[in-house]
Amino acid sequence: MSVHDEVPATSMGRPGGDGRFGEYGGRFVPESLVPACVELADAFESAWSDPAFRARLDGLLGSYAGRPTPVTECLRLSRRLGVRVLLKREDLAHTGSHKINNVLGQALLAERMGKRRLVAETGAGQHGVASATAAALLGLECVVYMGAVDVQRQALNVFRMELLGAEVRTVRSGSRTLKDAVNDALRDWVASVETTHYCLGSVMGPHPYPYMVRQFQRVVGEEAREQCRVLLGGDDPDVVVACVGGGSNAAGTFAGFVDTRAELVGVEAAGGAALGNGLPGVVHGMRSLFLQDEAGQILEAHSISAGLDYPGIGPEHAHLAAIGRARYHAVGDSEVLDAFRLLAETEGIIPALEAAHAVAWLVRAAGSGELTPGTTVLLTMSGRGDKDVQQVKEMLG
Amino acid sequence: MSASAIPPLDRSARGNTDAGETVPGKLEAHLRSRRAQGRKLVVPYVTGGLGEDWLDVVRAVVAAGADAVEIGLPFSDPVMDGPTIQEASQRALEAGATPQGIVAALRSADVDVPIAVMTYYNIVARTGHRRMASELARCGVSAAILPDLPVDEAGPWAEAADEAGVETVMLAAPTTPDDRLEVICRRSRGFVYAVGLLGVTGERRELAASAVAIAARCKRATDLPVLVGVGVSNAVQAREICAVADGVVVGSALVRRLLEGAGPDGAGELVAELRAGVDEG
Repeated sequence: MSVHDEVPATSMGRPGGDGRFGEYGGRFVPESLVPACVELADAFESAWSDPAFRARLDGLLGSYAGRPTPVTECLRLSRRLGVRVLLKREDLAHTGSHKINNVLGQALLAERMGKRRLVAETGAGQHGVASATAAALLGLECVVYMGAVDVQRQALNVFRMELLGAEVRTVRSGSRTLKDAVNDALRDWVASVETTHYCLGSVMGPHPYPYMVRQFQRVVGEEAREQCRVLLGGDDPDVVVACVGGGSNAAGTFAGFVDTRAELVGVEAAGGAALGNGLPGVVHGMRSLFLQDEAGQILEAHSISAGLDYPGIGPEHAHLAAIGRARYHAVGDSEVLDAFRLLAETEGIIPALEAAHAVAWLVRAAGSGELTPGTTVLLTMSGRGDKDVQQVKEMLG
Repeated sequence: MSASAIPPLDRSARGNTDAGETVPGKLEAHLRSRRAQGRKLVVPYVTGGLGEDWLDVVRAVVAAGADAVEIGLPFSDPVMDGPTIQEASQRALEAGATPQGIVAALRSADVDVPIAVMTYYNIVARTGHRRMASELARCGVSAAILPDLPVDEAGPWAEAADEAGVETVMLAAPTTPDDRLEVICRRSRGFVYAVGLLGVTGERRELAASAVAIAARCKRATDLPVLVGVGVSNAVQAREICAVADGVVVGSALVRRLLEGAGPDGAGELVAELRAGVDEG
C-alpha cells in the first residue's frame, strides 16, 4: 500500500494509507478484487499527478461537459425566503447532473489501465446515463445495473442509456433499488475484474473510490468558491448545502469550501438518512453508517428520489459529521415536492428530486429562523428535474 | 464485554500470533489428521435457517461423509454469492432466521465433525468481535469464513477469534499475487480456502482452469489443508480438483437441491456422491 502524507482531518486531503477517513472507509472486498483496488489506487495517483491526464480531463470537462457551470443568484427565491440564495448549476452540465465530472475521469482512467469495459450501478439513472455517455465518447463497452423498481420509475433514463449504446441489466434481488444494483455491479466485477473497470458513481465503496470520486467532483466546489468570491466581493458564503445519497455532489462541493468559514450542510432523504438513523457497519467495501437492524441486516431505504434511496453514506461524510465539520439533516417527501414546485415557479429551474432535498432544507431553515435573515447560502443544484417530471406529475396528480 | 469475560479455551488457543509455534485449532487438527490418512476432504455448505429441517440436513451430510460442515449465516447483501445462495439467504431471512439464532441452534447439532460458519463481515461487526467470537466458541463452532474481510482488514476480528479459539479461514483468489498469498496463508487458520474462479458462488458446467492453478499455488505456499470452493459443482469436478487440492467446499449444488425440496435425504445423497467421487480418485 502506498504511503500517503498525513493530512489534517478537516482538509479533505488524502485518506490515511489504509483508505480511512478517521474510523471510516477502508477496503472490505472479496479477495478477488483487492489487487484491482490496489491497481486502481496506484493508477489514480499516477494519473492525478500527471499533467497530461489532467489536461485531457480538463479539456473534456470544458469542451464536452460544458464546464465551468455557472453560479446563479436566485433573486425571487431570496426575497421569498429572506436569505441570499446562490445555486451552483450542475444541472446545466452535459447529461444533466454533476455525475459527468466523475465518469469522464474514471473512463479516462479505465482507458489508461487498458480496460475497455465499464460496469456501473445507477439509482435515478443519472450516473448510468453519464457512464453510458462517457463510454460512448471513448468507445468503451458499458453495462449498467439498475434495480427493477428504479427501471420502472425512471423508464426514460433506461431508454436514454440504451440509445447511448449501453446495456441495462435489471436487478431483481433484495429491495430492487440502488443498494441491490451496487451488489450486482460488484458481483459482475468479481467475475470480470481483469478486463473491466467498475465505474462507481458516488463517494462510496472500497478505497480508493470515496477519495477518487471526491477528487473528480471537487471541481464543483472549487469553481463555486471562486465564483462566489466574485459575486460576494471576495467573501465566502455563510452556508454551503448539498443533497446526500452516497454523497458525491456534496463531497465535491464541500471540498471547495472545507477550508473556508462556510458552514457545511448535507441533506438526506428522511427514508434513507444513514447519518441521521444509521449505525456503523461494513457494506459495499466500506466502513460507514448504514440503516440496519440489530443483527446487521441492511434495511431498505425509502425515498421518492431514486438517487437518494440508499441505506448508507460515503465514509468521508461519516467522518465530517463525526468531527463536526459538516452537519446533516433529513427532509421528507412532501417537503421535497413543495420545494420542487417552489424552485420551478420562482426561478424557472426544475430541480432533480435529489437536489430538491437541499432546497427543502433551505426553505425549512429559512422559515424556522435557523438561518438568520441575510445569510448567504450556496446550494449545489446537482441535477435537473426533467427525468422526474413524469413521476412528480403522477404524485401531484 | 471485557477480555476477562471470555471463557478460556484450551484446545485451540493460538492466542499470540507472535509465538512461533502455534497449536492447531480443532478444525485444522481434524482436517490434517484425515488428510494424513490419505483422505480427500469434503466440506458441504448449508444455509442456516433454510427450511425447518436445516439441522437435519447438517446431520445428514455428516452421516454421508462430510469432513466438516460450513453453515451460512444469511446476510441481506451477499456480494460473493450467486443467485442460488442469494435466494437461499433471502428465504431463510424471510422465514425469520437470524445469525444469533442459527449459531445458538448449532449447539444442538450433535455432529462429530467441526463446524465453520460463513457469513459477511457486517454481521460480525454489528455483533462485536469479542461477543461474536465467544458466542461461536460457546456454541461449538470451530471456525469462521468471512469472504468480504480481506487479510489487510482482518486483524481486529482475527485476533479476537484467535483469543476465543475460533479459527479464521482466509480466502485466496486467482488474482492474488504471490507475496500476498504468503500473507494470506500465514494468517489463515483451519484451512486455506482457494477460490476456484473469478466470480461469485454458483454451479459451473466445467471446472475452471484457474481452480487447478490457485490450488497448486496454495499448496506450494502452505502446509495447511487447501480446499477449493466456488465453482465446484459435482463429483467429477471434485475428483478432478482433488488431484491437486486437499479437498473441496461445495455450496450452490447442494443448496439448489435444498431449494428444490430435496431435504436431508437429497442433501445426504449429493454428499455421498461427492465422497465416492473423491475417494475413487
